[in-house]
Amino acid sequence: MNEQDIKSMIETILTDMTSTKEADKNNVGPQTADSAPKEATQQDISGDVLDDITKIDLRKQFLVPHPHDREGYLKIKSFTPARLGMWRAGCRYKTASVLRFRADHAAAQDAVFSDVDPQLPKEMGFLETQTTCQSKDEYLTRPDHGRKFSDEMAEKIKQSVTPSPKIQMIVGDGLSSAAIEANVKDIIPAIQQGLKVYGLSFETKDVIFVKYARVGAEDQIGEITNADVVCMLVGERPGLVTAKSMSAYIAYKPTVGMPEANRTVVSNIHDGGLPAVEAGAYIAELLDKMIRLKKSGIDLKAAENAGN
Amino acid sequence: MILQTKLFDKLYRFGSVKEVLAKANEVKSGDELAGVAAEDATERVAAKVVLSNLTLEDIYNNPVVPYEDDEVTRIIIDGVNKRIYNEIKNWTVSDLREWVLSDTTTDYDIKRIRQGITSEMAAAITKLMTNMDLVIAAKKIIVEKTANTTIGRPGTFSSRLQTNHPTDDIDGIMAGIMEGLSMGIGDAVIGLNPNDDSVDSVVKILNKFEDFRAQWDVPTQCSVLAHVTTQMEAIKRGAPVGLCFQSIAGSEKGNTAFGINADMISEAYDLTLHEGQAAGPNVMYFETGEGSELSAEANFGADELTMESRCYGFAKKFDPYIVNTVVGFIGPEYLYNSKQVIRAGLEDHFMGKLQGISMGCDVCYTNHMKADQNDAENLAVLLGAAGCNYIMGVPHADDVMLNYESTGFQETATIREIFGYHPIKEFEDWMEKMDISHNGQLTERAGDASIFLN
Repeated sequence: MNEQDIKSMIETILTDMTSTKEADKNNVGPQTADSAPKEATQQDISGDVLDDITKIDLRKQFLVPHPHDREGYLKIKSFTPARLGMWRAGCRYKTASVLRFRADHAAAQDAVFSDVDPQLPKEMGFLETQTTCQSKDEYLTRPDHGRKFSDEMAEKIKQSVTPSPKIQMIVGDGLSSAAIEANVKDIIPAIQQGLKVYGLSFETKDVIFVKYARVGAEDQIGEITNADVVCMLVGERPGLVTAKSMSAYIAYKPTVGMPEANRTVVSNIHDGGLPAVEAGAYIAELLDKMIRLKKSGIDLKAAENAGN
Repeated sequence: MILQTKLFDKLYRFGSVKEVLAKANEVKSGDELAGVAAEDATERVAAKVVLSNLTLEDIYNNPVVPYEDDEVTRIIIDGVNKRIYNEIKNWTVSDLREWVLSDTTTDYDIKRIRQGITSEMAAAITKLMTNMDLVIAAKKIIVEKTANTTIGRPGTFSSRLQTNHPTDDIDGIMAGIMEGLSMGIGDAVIGLNPNDDSVDSVVKILNKFEDFRAQWDVPTQCSVLAHVTTQMEAIKRGAPVGLCFQSIAGSEKGNTAFGINADMISEAYDLTLHEGQAAGPNVMYFETGEGSELSAEANFGADELTMESRCYGFAKKFDPYIVNTVVGFIGPEYLYNSKQVIRAGLEDHFMGKLQGISMGCDVCYTNHMKADQNDAENLAVLLGAAGCNYIMGVPHADDVMLNYESTGFQETATIREIFGYHPIKEFEDWMEKMDISHNGQLTERAGDASIFLN
């Protein structure tokens, strides 16, 4: 029996004991009907908080009651993030594992369908913009609309940010608001810090926040600002392992309709993957390299392989 | 050929058969994205009325991509038996629908008529069918195919074991395979979508799969879902490819985007037949999904259902062991929500079976789609009722490499239990031998991966 099993057994015993006591009490009073449901009083409601099931390490959680080889099972299970060793209730799932799945899926859905906290771009001092999408639904069903700005919005960008910068930073919500909320506050200063080494910089007020953003939106921004290098930090489509993963899509002088292969991608930026601070230093190094070599994507790779 | 009708006194006029087909489709976000969907619900029904009155000859003469321009169209048209086609060409689309649904029409009758129809005809009657029509019609069609074992026998329900890993860690992959097999999963195929699709990596995984399969004497077939050219190279290096896999599309341009054409698939088919691990004769495994042509800008103004049907017409040429519609993988811009995914799953399954394809379905959704596991379970049960050959078995339904949600080992076990289905006979015998099942019931060892550890 593992810790989890023992815990739940003790809880069950305690609950049984309490309810038996309550039942005895009730039987004393002749006025109480046996079958009447008992309304919970303040006394009955414990102040205890249940354990957070999302804190359980899935690689260690093991619900098989009588495995042929427990040690061996735990070992093979440790090689994969897949939900193994979760056992079954008949041919269905155990309650614990089905609730954990639902919790992780709920976090993923909330990350997709909710907006980035409107205070975040304000607090950071970013320039606030929006693609031609008017709603989350439009964003999800019309990827083409999430890559475009209206003429008015394009003009606003042009008037507001420093023209022809070496580096144009963009923060786009993408498919995970949670990823932006979790990583942006750390990564922006980390990139700025990292750039100092190379004598490069950008101002936070020149960072463009884009609501309903697809990666392609950076191409139009590249054309509007005439930047050398454009870098978009964007929320990734969430999986169940994490809903907070962010990517950086970086391109040298991007233009609308350019091949996707011209982008350099840094993905998997989150606490359990590449932490924001480390990612910031790495992105700064890439930005410097692209400015020096005037290349990004597969062209940059080819140049690096050629020993430049 | 009449392309207009009145509905509630309003005239609805359509410009072409292709437009009628597109507008007669049930609501799909992908058709709206492509700009081919009906303007409103009434126009949709008007298109269905017009479609129901078209003859099969009208459909035959108007493939959605011209014969001269497209290899897939040529394969479909050239595959038609002209004598059978001539017997039915004056039927309306409505006639074909009612004939398929008729009490007196059997699987035997359908086997013959299917040789006289094109993929567009299969798509056309699908557009006139309700969800329950699609279930009952598919149920009566039996498609059996043989690699090492025979899939699709009445009373059986199979599963593909899929234990992908973000870095292809072979021990992690095998852990999932052991647990899946212990639940009776994997009788359709043991398959892996590799993260690293280099030839070396694919050869390594194929060898490991075959070693394990042989060691435990599991009656099934294995596949590593790399690009077909990678698998061909692996075969040439002596790797034991059971089923040769490839994603396919419903137009030549779509196939070009996948880096394939019919000659390449013919070559792979021939190579796998002669040097593959499985006895055959059915050694190919294809995957499809509504919307893939549009995403490659290769839909030629046609709707996603019709393009999907053409995938099956293309697949038929290579007599595959299984074809899998990965129905909800592509995302909400093609299938918006669970209602659209469930509908598409039933459509694809029926259209495939009607064309003689051994159909399976990856009942799935991405996390940016308005769907959840309850929806996936609904579609799985409907497909169970429709006599689907197989579904996926992914640990707890969560694919940790491709980041989408599918069906778990439990779903296959549950559908077998609900409908009284069995795994493929040889595989079930193996389960009894392994003491995973006893007289068809799972034992206490089922779900314990460690029975495969020493």
